[in-house]
Parts: sequence; structure tokens; C-alpha cells
Amino acid sequence: MNKWLDVCAMTDIPQLGARVVRHGGLDIAVFRNAEDEVFALEDRCPHKGGPLSQGIVHGRKVSCPLHGWNIELISGCAVAPDEGCAREFPIRLEGGRVWLDAATIDVEAA
Amino acid sequence: MDMSTPMGQGPKMKLVMVGNGMAGVRTLEELLKLAPDLYDITVFGAEPHPNYNRILLSPVLAGEQTVDDIVLNPLAWYADNGITLHTGKKVVKIDRSARAVEAEDGTRAEYDRLLLATGSNPFILPVPGADLEGVISFRDIADVDAMVRASGQYRHAVVIGGGLLGLEAANGLMKRGMDVTVVHIAPWLMERQLDEPAARLLQKSLEAKGMKFLLQKQTAELVQGGCSDSSPSGGGGRVAAIKFKDGDSAPADLVVMAVGIRPNTELAESSGLHCNRGIVVNDTMQTFDPRIYSIGECAAHRGIAYGLVAPLFEQAKVCANHLALYGIGRYQGSITSTKLKVTGIDLFSAGDFTGGEGTEAILYSDPIGGVYKKLVIKDNKLVGGVMYGDTVDGAWYFSLLRDGKNIDELRDHLMFGQDHCGNLGHQGINKAATMTDDMEVCGCNGICKGDIVKAIRDKGLFTLEDVRKHTKASSSCGSCTGLVEQILAVTAGGDYSATPKTKSVCGCTDHTHEDVRAAIKQNKLLTIPQVMAFMEWRTPNGCASCRPALNYYLISTWPGEAEDDPQSRFINERAHANIQRDGTYSVIPRMWGGNTTPSELRRIADVVDKYSIPAVHVTGGQRIDLLGIKKEDLPKVWADLDMPSGHAYGKALRTVKTCVGSEWCRFGTQNSTQMGIDLEKTFFKMWAPHKVKLAVSGCPRNCAEVAIKDVGIIGVDSGWEIYVAGNGGIKTEVAQFLVKVKTPDEVIEYSGAFLQLYREEARYLDRTVHYVARVGLDYVKKKILDDADNRRALYGRLLFALSVERDPWLERAREGKAKHEFEALSV
Repeated sequence: MNKWLDVCAMTDIPQLGARVVRHGGLDIAVFRNAEDEVFALEDRCPHKGGPLSQGIVHGRKVSCPLHGWNIELISGCAVAPDEGCAREFPIRLEGGRVWLDAATIDVEAA
Repeated sequence: MDMSTPMGQGPKMKLVMVGNGMAGVRTLEELLKLAPDLYDITVFGAEPHPNYNRILLSPVLAGEQTVDDIVLNPLAWYADNGITLHTGKKVVKIDRSARAVEAEDGTRAEYDRLLLATGSNPFILPVPGADLEGVISFRDIADVDAMVRASGQYRHAVVIGGGLLGLEAANGLMKRGMDVTVVHIAPWLMERQLDEPAARLLQKSLEAKGMKFLLQKQTAELVQGGCSDSSPSGGGGRVAAIKFKDGDSAPADLVVMAVGIRPNTELAESSGLHCNRGIVVNDTMQTFDPRIYSIGECAAHRGIAYGLVAPLFEQAKVCANHLALYGIGRYQGSITSTKLKVTGIDLFSAGDFTGGEGTEAILYSDPIGGVYKKLVIKDNKLVGGVMYGDTVDGAWYFSLLRDGKNIDELRDHLMFGQDHCGNLGHQGINKAATMTDDMEVCGCNGICKGDIVKAIRDKGLFTLEDVRKHTKASSSCGSCTGLVEQILAVTAGGDYSATPKTKSVCGCTDHTHEDVRAAIKQNKLLTIPQVMAFMEWRTPNGCASCRPALNYYLISTWPGEAEDDPQSRFINERAHANIQRDGTYSVIPRMWGGNTTPSELRRIADVVDKYSIPAVHVTGGQRIDLLGIKKEDLPKVWADLDMPSGHAYGKALRTVKTCVGSEWCRFGTQNSTQMGIDLEKTFFKMWAPHKVKLAVSGCPRNCAEVAIKDVGIIGVDSGWEIYVAGNGGIKTEVAQFLVKVKTPDEVIEYSGAFLQLYREEARYLDRTVHYVARVGLDYVKKKILDDADNRRALYGRLLFALSVERDPWLERAREGKAKHEFEALSV
């Protein structure tokens, strides 16, 4: 059984923006797009480790602030022809609140 | 039987392609990228080969490459992608009512969409003897095979046609050991690409290699060999000589007709599709039957059937997009240029090189050295050019031509090439060809020549855009673009051409920056969603390119009214600090005119200690940079510094650099420091299309380096000289003299008017140097010097825009604005 952790209210994340969630040594970027969908990725671009949370969000993508790689928010993978993926984490939106799965992020943070 | 299926569900739709050449197969490649599972694809090719690079037939004929070298898609590619390939089968019928095609041998295939990529046929002169053995064209692998065979058996080759293709064929046959005569009807060679002087030089150097020429000769007849024929096979229906209308004749064991190509429209015409010098298509590459598309040399778009590869690949992209049911993208035609693929001969031509009424020509001619250049200029723009012997600047001229750049300022140096115009990264004749693979081409992204060549070869790239996408070369500062284009030309086969830059804002729209600005102004659009809805953006909320541009256009057009959207600003402008490679930030507080005080310096030192800031750096703009600050500390750092934002992170007014001027300097003529402070305080908080840097020197010794600033002021005895559009970055450019004024107030008004003109008219991310290069300094003078009312109005609008801006550090440090931006969450 998954144990879901309450992260914040959806409205704590700006539309077409992101917040950083610290969990132990792990930074997770939690995104919200214009359709109020939420996504969670490790806050590290597969290119040079740029903080994806600081990028410009458009559609279901984010552009990395360092060198402009476009990353798919659903999969964490770079849009071709760039190659590489940021780790993605299960995320839920329920009752206007955003939830992350304790098990998956604990493994990563350990 | 009609077996059409509903779109998007059930069995796949059927796509049939007739023609298995470069343009068609490129369309399939693009389509498979976009929608790999949408269609069952069937391809008919009349030749027995898979898709190969037809451009490289010339090197194959010359023995420089083999047929295997030039195959682009091996048979395995078709199999891997589930494509049914019928090679050696010519389609002879389209049954449009049943939506099926039929090949000569009865093979039938039904289609939901049909793509005609039948290419072109060589034009065969209708003279007696044209059907003799030994009379061929130069179009496909079979022709090359025939020429190679003939070169082993016969001696005399005649090539009819002194154009690009004819000369390449003649060169190949000569390299194969034949005695080659080129027959040409015009007074000089390649008359569609060259003027007479360039053509004469070309002829001379080809003659030096052993090629013979018969110019202004019209072919009357090809004569069959009789019993007395001296050729080894001895007649038997083979050509032996060529006769001309003036009665002359010449021996000919092999005749290659290279007098032009005709779009292959036979199939389309017989099935009732509208053709007019090609299969007529619209901007989405559809024929008059919307289920039937056509691209490549057979297609006539706006009256032009293109024969070069780059335009055809642009067509392929558009066609694939529509076949994939995306329905975006239009093909709007291309400007093309030509290079001759004959080893050892450098020749380049583009645009209208003959000139005519209303044009001027700049000529350079060195007949002994074998160099000739002609540039044709109209209305201060390059409209055409021919180069022979030294073509290193071909790509640069072509980009000037394609972009319609105003060359007024370059005119004096234009003929001497880009190296003489102060640009970096383009030096050296045929540099691309002589570079080794480990030499760096793109300094921004660390890309070497080998990386680019490998990507071009492995991924089959043909356009600059493709190379940028796959390698990142030339995608940042762009100063290596010329070199990348050269590498592309050398590697991909020498045909060099590109589509005109339409300058749409980005891939989300076809509208230009100017369109967008006009719409925002005329319709009083105040938010990004409004602009996107009004201008029918193709993406739901744009991309990282267009959103920052739109945000700037909105706030600069409607200051105080338009919404400034932080989510559409690049992180630096959202966080009001510069992101560093490790994700920390740097902070540069403003020091008016480069002046500071003991208490400011003490506060800076205390902040560095308190927040354990790892690095302190003195910038080139007379300020202090604090590096390595954690994002969550930013508001506290700003509060403790208690200094104004330096905007070192923004497309905004950066620094105003000054010297100590007449207050201290024994040479100073004016109080440059105070002038700098006044300018900086007036323009503080100014957003702009790109960063803006100012400087003021107190005398012509110019210690503040004003010549490389967007606005540079030099104090002289009798007043102030104002220089504009200098640049010290990627493109070092010396500022141009705008005007001399008497008082500090005038300095501020004129400078402000210039900056507001730039703010209102430049494209987002253009520096002042790019803007002034585009509109010309005369235009700027007209708006600011000649029209005093306009100058004051511009300056007034700038002051109004500045009046609604607040110091972003103050708001965040003292008033808690945008708290969420700086606070991390934790679980």
C-alpha cells in the first residue's frame, strides 16, 4: 500500500510554474501547468543537472533554465533530439492538495 | 473497391508513394517521426535501387565515390519501418474514384492518401538520332553505369549542355579518361548562374584541365556510325558523330544530353490532375485532389518547380506535417543558390546576379589570379552575386541576401568578405574543407567539426536547422553559422540553399515579431492568453521562446496596464538574480555611475560574511558581484544590502560605466561621473528587448570604453558626443556617432529617445546593434534628430513607462512580494 504525503495545496504552486520540495537530500520539482495538472520530477536536468523547477513551463513540458533542453513533464525525458531522462515520481492531486508517494521518494532520498 | 477507414481508429490508413527519391523518402522519414503508426505505407520506385543521394552522382561518375556510398536508405530501413517497397515498378495509372494506383506489371495498391514524388525527366533534344545507342542523359545510376562502361571502350564524348549538370558530367567523363567536348547553345557557360566574365574564367580553367568547348552551337543531328566507323564496336546503331546547324561536325562515341529537366507529370496528367509546368500544389503541398499530395521536382509551387535539395526538404517537412494530421506549417517558397561540384573549381552564384535598372554592382576582377566577384545591390540590400575562384564568403553573402539585411554600413568592406567586417568565426578560404575533425567549430557548445560531420552523415541532415537541432552547433551565438553552412555544403554534397527566414516569433506561430507588436497595440491586448487567442497560437501556452517575447511586448506597449507575468519570464528575471551553473544565484547591487561609499562596502562585506557567500568579484561594469547565494537567502541578502537592484540579471538597463572626469582627472573636460549617475537614475528599472549598457567618458581618451556600449557619451570641450549601437559581446561593433549636444539635459533626452525607439521597434533579443543594422542609422536620425516633436514624445513615453516600475529587490526584501518563489517546501 502506498503511503501518500501531503506536500502543499495546488494553489501554492503558481500556474505554469513549480515549487521545490526538499526531502532529505533529494530535491523534487513539483510542477503545475495551465490545465492544473501536477507533475513531479527530480530537480535535475539530465543534461548538466540544471534545476528544472526554475524553468519555463509550457504545455506538458519544462525548458531547463541552464541550456534550454525541453523535458517532458509526464516522463521526465528530454524532447528529441536531446537524450536523457530526469527521474519522475508518482504524484496525486486530491481535495485540492498535492501528494507524493512516501515509498518512492524515501528510496531516492536515502 | 473503396476500403477507406475512419481516421484515428480501426485499421490504419493507407499511404501510397509513387517515386522513391530523396524528397519523397524524406517526407516518409518526417512522417514516421511525427506519427509512426498512422499509415500502412507502400512505395513504388521505377529504379531498381533504394533511395540514394542523387546529388552525389557527379562524384560517383568522377570515381570519387561509389554507388554504395551514396545510398541514403538501405532496404533494411524500409523493412524496419514496415514499408512495402516495390522497386523497378513504374506506376502507370491512378484510379482516383477507386483510390488505387496500378503499376506496369499489374501490381495494384489502394490509398487513403497518395503522394506523388515522381521527380523529373531529363529533356531530350528532338533531333534525328536522339534514340541511337550511346545517347544518354545524366539522371540516375543507370546513366552513370552507361557512362562508366562507355569510358572503358570509347574515346570521344560529347556533352550537350554547358549548365551545371553538363559540366559535372563532362568533368566526370574526363576523369574517366575520355576526350570530352561540351556543346552549348549560349555564348557562355552556365548562363543562368554566371555572368560572362565569371563564365570565361571557368571556361579557361576547365580548358586547362583538358575540356573542349563548342559555344553557340546548335545540334542538328546525331549521326549513326557506318562500316567505316573506327570505333571498336563498329556501328550497329551506335552514335558516331554530332552535326551542327552551321554545318560543322565532331566525332562522338557517347553523347550525354544535359540540356535541362522537365517535371515528370505524365502520371498526374493522365489521371486528370491539374499540371502547369509541374503538378500544381498549394502551400500545404496538396494537388487539386486534396487526397493527393505532391512534392519534389515534379511539383510546381507558386509556379516554381525546384531542383535543389534544401527547398525539397522544406516541402517534405510541411507535407509530412499534414499527412500526420497536424495541419500546421506552410511552404512559402525558397531562395536558392548554386555551387558547382567540380573538384578544384570554386564557384558560387545566387539571386539576381545580372542586375539591371535600379541596381548597382560592385566588381572585383583579377583575371591573372583567376578571381572574379560581382555583388549586385538594390536599395541598400544585396540581391545577387557571382563568385569565381574565391567563394569563401558565399555563405555569408547568401545569408545577407536571404535576410534582406541593410548593407549600407558594410558597403565599403563588403567585397572583402566577412573577415573585414569585424565578425568572428568565419575566416579562411574553404576553411570547412581544410579543418581537421578535432577542430572546434562552435565555441559556445564545444562542438568540433567531426561531431557535425558525423551527425550530417549518420542522421542524413541537409539543412542548417537540422544541424542545429542535432548538434547544437550554431544554435547559441550564431557566429559560427557560416562555418557550419560550409561544413554542411562540403559534407552533404555541395548543393547549398535554404528557405528564406520568415522571422516568425517561434514554432508556435507563423506571425512575425512585428505582426505581434502591431496586434497588441491596435487591439489593446493586455495579457499573454489574449495575444495567443487573438493571433491563433498553435500551442496552448506557447514555449520558452515566445512567452518572454510576448511578455516584453505587452509591458512595453501598455506600461501599467498590461499584466507582467512572472511565469513567462526567464528564471533570472523571475528571481531577480542570475542563476549559476550549480543552481545558486549571483547578486550585483547597483552602484550609481560606478560610485560607492564606505557604508555600502561595509554592508557588502557583512553580507558576504553573514551568508557565507563563497565568491566576490569586481565586474567589468564597475560593480561588485556576489556569487554562490542560495535562492532562499536572496530576499534577506537584498534586505541587508539595502542597495537598489543592479538588474544584472535582466533584459534591462545594466550598468552606466564612467570615468572620474573633470572632478579629478587632469585631462577631463566634462563631469562624466555625474552625467553617468544622472543617466543611470533616469533610466533605472528600464526593461528592454535585450540588455542595455551605457558609458560616459569625460574626454576623448575614452577611459569608460564608450565605443562598445549601446549608448556611449564622450564629453568634449564644447559639449557631449552621443554614440549608439556599439557592442562588446559576441559581435564586437564600434558605436556610431549619432549627434553632438550641448547640455546634460539634452544628453538624457536624446539618449532616452533612442532607447525608447529601440524598446518600441526592436525584436525581442535584438541588441541595439542588431536593431540599428536592420533599420539603418539614417532612420534613427530621422526619428530623433530631424523630428524634435517625435524625440520628445519618445522620451515622454519612456519616462511614463519607467514611472510605473518599482525596485524589484525592495518589493521582495521589504514587502514580501512573490514569497513562494524563494521558499522551498519540505516533506
